[in-house]
Amino acid sequence: MAFITWKTKDGNEISVDVKDGLNLMEAATANNVPQIEGECGGCLSCATCHVFVDDQWLEKTGEVDEIEDTMLEMTDVERQHNSRLSCQIIAAPDLDGLVLFVPEPE
Amino acid sequence: MSGELERERLFIRPEQWYSNQGISTLFSTRVEAIYPAEKQVITESGDNIAYEKLLLCTGSSPHTLPAEIGGKLKGVYILRSIADVEAMQPEFQAGRKLLIIGGGYIGLETAAVARKLGLKVIVLEMAKRILQRVAARETSDFFRQLHRSHGVDIRESTQMTRFTEQAGRVNGAELASGEKLEADLVLVGIGGTPNTSLAEQAGLDCENGIAVNETCQTSNPDIYAAGDCTSFVRNGQRIRLESVQNAADQGNLVARVLAGEQVSYQALPWFWSDQYDCKLQIAGLNIGYDQTVRRAGSKPDSQSIWYYRENRLIAVDAMNEPMAYAMGRKIIGAGLHPSQAQIADPNVDLKSLVN
Ligand SMILES: Cc1cc2nc3c(=O)[nH]c(=O)nc-3n(C[C@H](O)[C@H](O)[C@H](O)COP(=O)(O)OP(=O)(O)OC[C@H]3O[C@@H](n4cnc5c(N)ncnc54)[C@H](O)[C@@H]3O)c2cc1C
Ligand code: FES
Repeated sequence: MAFITWKTKDGNEISVDVKDGLNLMEAATANNVPQIEGECGGCLSCATCHVFVDDQWLEKTGEVDEIEDTMLEMTDVERQHNSRLSCQIIAAPDLDGLVLFVPEPE
Repeated sequence: MSGELERERLFIRPEQWYSNQGISTLFSTRVEAIYPAEKQVITESGDNIAYEKLLLCTGSSPHTLPAEIGGKLKGVYILRSIADVEAMQPEFQAGRKLLIIGGGYIGLETAAVARKLGLKVIVLEMAKRILQRVAARETSDFFRQLHRSHGVDIRESTQMTRFTEQAGRVNGAELASGEKLEADLVLVGIGGTPNTSLAEQAGLDCENGIAVNETCQTSNPDIYAAGDCTSFVRNGQRIRLESVQNAADQGNLVARVLAGEQVSYQALPWFWSDQYDCKLQIAGLNIGYDQTVRRAGSKPDSQSIWYYRENRLIAVDAMNEPMAYAMGRKIIGAGLHPSQAQIADPNVDLKSLVN
């Protein structure tokens, strides 16, 4: 179990306990987090699950692999140093407390 | 199908999501008829539901083979719904012989899963090559090679005439050549047909799908349609797509239209197919292509095929080459037309073609 928080630009926060093994795109869509669509179901073909990871958590969320790195070129909101595709982040106890920011188009 | 995901993880949104959004749902309820004059639909249990605007998202159904040639025998499956998967999955056991009719995406993806689970797999394709309807020769060649290297017996230009049976259960097939094949189970993946019967009976124009305009409106101004069941005009031609992209983007468009926005359907099609460890990603639509250009990939097992029509770039198939897909989406989406020579040259950075 991991307690995950998504923060939106307008200051809203959504926090939920996510079961180990679920990816954070699934967790977001199940909990009405805005902007996260997950159109390809998590197979790294759509980039509609883009999030920014709180800097403190960057290391714990793991490495960005080559495919994800390339797919991050396709996000609606331009990528930043802390961009991830959330379908590639899997809930686990060491992510308890993780904070993610939801990118929103201007 | 591979058994990797539990059932509840297969839904696009969990059930409670809809009520959280203020959306009422009626599951397990078939709509029997639409009465456009009364602006009502009737469910199979006889309930009338009134509407101001109606959106049809009835999807498509897989073709089946006729009973006369054994298409309805036990052990002959189609693949569309979770129920189809659940029916077939207990039969997916190592060592069993799976015969797949049709070398399209569904047949090939099923072949890949079955090989991983240790089944023996034969794929029969009636056309000259697998994926003939949807992809260029180079893409077909890539996937034929991929499947053969994983031990799938792929037979093209091969027609099946009938299934053979024992006690009502399929046990093989006979080919036009007279050859007999053994099978413990069969998957028929030979394409699908749009579910238009409700629309037809309501008098809506249908032409290989429910005909919609650029706002997804049908021939009745109060009825819209989206997804696999629709046909729409692109580049002067009426087409129908079966893809998640099209279903999601058309659905999204209708919501915006009904909310009063002035928008029309322009979205660039994209598609993916995962087979073994190979990721195929497609951007654009290759309909009417007259030339293809192969671009070598960054790794031995990767490449991309770029489709041109009258010297204009229209689509790309990227195999284990997400950069080609990502940049292809940007280039085609921006209406740019890099030359064939630029695309074919692996030293040209695709990113430099986006601007
Ligand atoms: C095995 C398989 C693999 C696929 N892989 C991919 C892929 O990798 N990438 C991709 O982009 N696409 C893929 N697709 C295609 C994709 O699933 C479809 O394009 C998409 O689901 C279409 O969505 P839709 O909403 O139009 O129709 P559907 O998802 O078919 O939904 C239609 C719904 O309408 C219901 N319905 C029909 N008639 C009635 C009625 N009279 N009353 C009430 N309800 C009714 C049906 O029960 C169904 O639930 C795949 C399809 C299959 C079968
Ligand atoms: S859900 Fe499509 S890339 Fe993450």
